[in-house]
Amino acid sequence: MIRVQQEDFDIGAEIALLRADRKDTGAIVTFTGTVRDTANGEAISEMTLEHYPGMTEKELERIEAEATARWPLQSSLIIHRYGAMKPGENIVLVITVSAHRQAAFEAAEFLMDYLKTNAPFWKKEAGQDGGEWVDARESDDNALKRWETPHKAAE
Amino acid sequence: MRLTVRYFAWVREKTGLGEELVDLPENVRTVADLIVWLKTRGPEFESAFEKSDVIRAAVDQTHVGHGTPIAEAREIAFFPPVTGG
Repeated sequence: MIRVQQEDFDIGAEIALLRADRKDTGAIVTFTGTVRDTANGEAISEMTLEHYPGMTEKELERIEAEATARWPLQSSLIIHRYGAMKPGENIVLVITVSAHRQAAFEAAEFLMDYLKTNAPFWKKEAGQDGGEWVDARESDDNALKRWETPHKAAE
Repeated sequence: MRLTVRYFAWVREKTGLGEELVDLPENVRTVADLIVWLKTRGPEFESAFEKSDVIRAAVDQTHVGHGTPIAEAREIAFFPPVTGG
């Protein structure tokens, strides 16, 4: 499942919803991305996330479908916020649920690596000198390389 | 051929537009052709697409390379490399 929304999310509540009444799960992995208060040594007062409505949902669904095809996931959730946020606030939530932990851990990392390079969001940071668009990182592009050969998690 | 062109982040700020409906001449066949054509429309577009190899494109909300043909496209978007997550 994927959601693109302006409002904050409650991590505990989302985990509980995803687990529901299932007894066959063995592993639940959660990643939360948050707004840092500094960038390149400078204080950030606010961050704004612009997005491409329609394409964000389409890309997140595509990324999630790929993770589900590559790992034995029982369920997964991606929530990504947009709009203005302050340091300390939640930006993105990824939850993966599987029978065993290897799939849950790997799929969560995969989802984040793909999201960082494909999901159409753009961050603008407001510091002392006004607003600046964040540059994409080469390290994020490089992180994708490790997923090039499909991993098969042990069952 | 008529379609919607969208701009995001600093590409949007430089062009001064979030979206527009354009009527393209026959000879604009690929994303790269479209960028060349857009640059002829004024200094804002020249500035926005100055480093055109950095700019990413999407046709009908799917990431594409600049060599992609646009004949059937309904919507094309231009934006910097993404920075979500």
